[in-house]
Amino acid sequence: MRHFTTEVLIIGAGGAGMYAAIEASRQGAGDVLLLERSLIGRGGATVMAQMTVAAALEADDDWHFHYQDTLTAGRGLCDPALAALLCEVGVDVIREMEGWKVGWARDGNRLRAVQAPGHDRARCVYVDFLSTGPAVSRTLRTQLQRHERIRRLGDVVVTDLVTQEGHVTGAVGFDIASGTPVTIEAKATILATGGLTRLYRRNSASAHMSGDGFALALRAGAKLLGMEFVQFFPIGHLAPRMVGMDPIMWDPFRYKLGGRLLNGAKEEFIDRYGGTDEGRYTTTRDLATYAITQEVAAGRGSPAGGAWLSFRHVPQATLREAFGPVIDKLAANGIDLTRDDVEVAPIAHYHMGGVRVDTGMRTDVPGLFAAGEVVGGANGANRLSGNAITEALAFGKIAGAEAARAAPGPAFSPAAAAEALALVGAEGPARNTAALVVALQAAMADHAGPFRDAAGLARASAAIAAIRAEAGPLPPGAPGLPHDMVRLDWFDLRQMLLVADSIVAAALARTESRGAHQRIDHPETEEDWRVNLLLSGDERGLDITRIPVPEAA
Amino acid sequence: MPQATLLIRRGVAGEPPRHDSFTLEFEPGASVLDGLRRIRAEQDPTLAIRYACLNANACKECMMVVNGRVTYACTARLEEGTTTLEPLPNKALLRDLVTQIAPPDERF
Ligand SMILES: Cc1cc2nc3c(=O)[nH]c(=O)nc-3n(C[C@H](O)[C@H](O)[C@H](O)COP(=O)(O)OP(=O)(O)OC[C@H]3O[C@@H](n4cnc5c(N)ncnc54)[C@H](O)[C@@H]3O)c2cc1C
Ligand code: FES
Repeated sequence: MRHFTTEVLIIGAGGAGMYAAIEASRQGAGDVLLLERSLIGRGGATVMAQMTVAAALEADDDWHFHYQDTLTAGRGLCDPALAALLCEVGVDVIREMEGWKVGWARDGNRLRAVQAPGHDRARCVYVDFLSTGPAVSRTLRTQLQRHERIRRLGDVVVTDLVTQEGHVTGAVGFDIASGTPVTIEAKATILATGGLTRLYRRNSASAHMSGDGFALALRAGAKLLGMEFVQFFPIGHLAPRMVGMDPIMWDPFRYKLGGRLLNGAKEEFIDRYGGTDEGRYTTTRDLATYAITQEVAAGRGSPAGGAWLSFRHVPQATLREAFGPVIDKLAANGIDLTRDDVEVAPIAHYHMGGVRVDTGMRTDVPGLFAAGEVVGGANGANRLSGNAITEALAFGKIAGAEAARAAPGPAFSPAAAAEALALVGAEGPARNTAALVVALQAAMADHAGPFRDAAGLARASAAIAAIRAEAGPLPPGAPGLPHDMVRLDWFDLRQMLLVADSIVAAALARTESRGAHQRIDHPETEEDWRVNLLLSGDERGLDITRIPVPEAA
Repeated sequence: MPQATLLIRRGVAGEPPRHDSFTLEFEPGASVLDGLRRIRAEQDPTLAIRYACLNANACKECMMVVNGRVTYACTARLEEGTTTLEPLPNKALLRDLVTQIAPPDERF
């Protein structure tokens, strides 16, 4: 076993975790441990972002405009204080990234910005070509290395937080490479574990997005809100099969070139659902997801079960100028956009819900902070494109500063870590946990996707219970072996099942449709439902309370 | 239905390697990583592989030797017939296709 002692522990090294580490160090934390289950800066969604980052950077823009757009997109459920922080601190962090030479695309002195759907003007900056995420990650990694007080540690997965007298005092997990159990004692712990899209069959994010942070928070006594709002990205690549490119890659094509979204009969259809298309990209994600799904349900889908996306009207030279090497990558996949349309369909992409925090990113449990996608509330029922990276960096910065200043809780007691450590060292019967993960993804996609009804959600619940029973209470096989994926999948599944419980419970409770949550059996948006659902508990039972949406200050 | 066979070098450090062969339906366009993930879910969950981003070719965690050439499992195409897979030769072996790729100052 290995034990680490640190002032600030950060779990997850994506944009939020890396920025938090840098800020905690700058604000005087004696030492910072940045822990990651994969490679630092490479395991999560941040490195995969291909599109844009929203911030009111130009003189003719103002963060208040960005804030208004964020509230509108959030369909009445944004926490205004968090949304304001995203937009205001977002400007600082995007500028600071510029100073750190991230390389935002520019025209002379002006950063090049595009207008993404839902924004009132061009405020989304990016790094060419489709390199926003890799550039953000690389830049933060370089900065991390300049801070001697930050210790970076990859390959360690956190399985439980340690609580004492209602305080989080550290964490338990294991080193994946060797199987060695790990305990960490920390004055303050920041969850920066990202989203939960691995719960769905078709998703745009990484293998590590099992929603660990939501489950860790719940088990430690923190509360979640907005868990019913899983964002589906409407035009995820569906067919033909492509390699080497993320399925969300068509979004930047639409920003730059428009493109036309067509049904199986090659007709435009967004206007039938209240949006406009006409070769311009203005429809928000929830509406586009709805429109495509409805067309497919009505038998008007493309052959693989989605919609067509066409750039055939765009000249070769324009394509090349906008996307350079990406056009060659498409060619290597046999796709020539001047000749071929591609098929797209909604794909799980981002989570609006998450851990409840205050404006200092403090959770309901002292000693525990959260930052980035794992936080709930800033984006309400629907997130604007470009807001997620900004959220990760801005909230990371705030959490890092607050954690550095946090008052210490009780001294770490190994006894408080004993139960979690026993689970890491337990030995259970063999199981095909990889198959159980696939079964859970299927159940969630089929019954708890963007369109739900009570009957489907009941089926999802039953599937979760059956998978949990099959997974059993103990991790399969002997502990302490190198890169044991059967056990790792079991620990992931344990978190995924609790997260699935919380999505299904919240989706069942919200008997209306709003943003990313569409109830087929309750299609209207109800003013009475302009409330949040707050969850606490664990797999033995979740409590749901309706709480008002905080008012703007 | 055409088939793809993956002949995989397996084992942990310090034990003699063994070679396991897995056969699956060949789907045009699929990647080697698609095939490996299917094998884990449908045939042998103990097969150790390493990957994060699945498609984006952003994490660079899935590097291995495919038919003698170092490449990414997520961009190499699955082929009809037999493909051999081995772990990276110049990195410490952890298990099966997984090697120690984390920088030395970022692991313990
Ligand atoms: C393909 C794709 C494209 C996107 N494009 C954009 C875009 O253009 N613009 C935009 O604004 N947003 C975009 N998003 C969303 C945005 O990238 C994410 O919301 C944001 O990067 C989240 O940052 P984060 O730091 O909170 O989490 P992540 O970057 O996901 O990092 C979380 C880290 O925590 C680690 N971790 C998780 N659990 C544990 C555990 N138990 N123990 C240890 N470590 C753990 C993970 O391995 C991961 O490295 C995109 C998302 C995807 C998937
Ligand atoms: S899985 Fe990420 S690069 Fe291959």
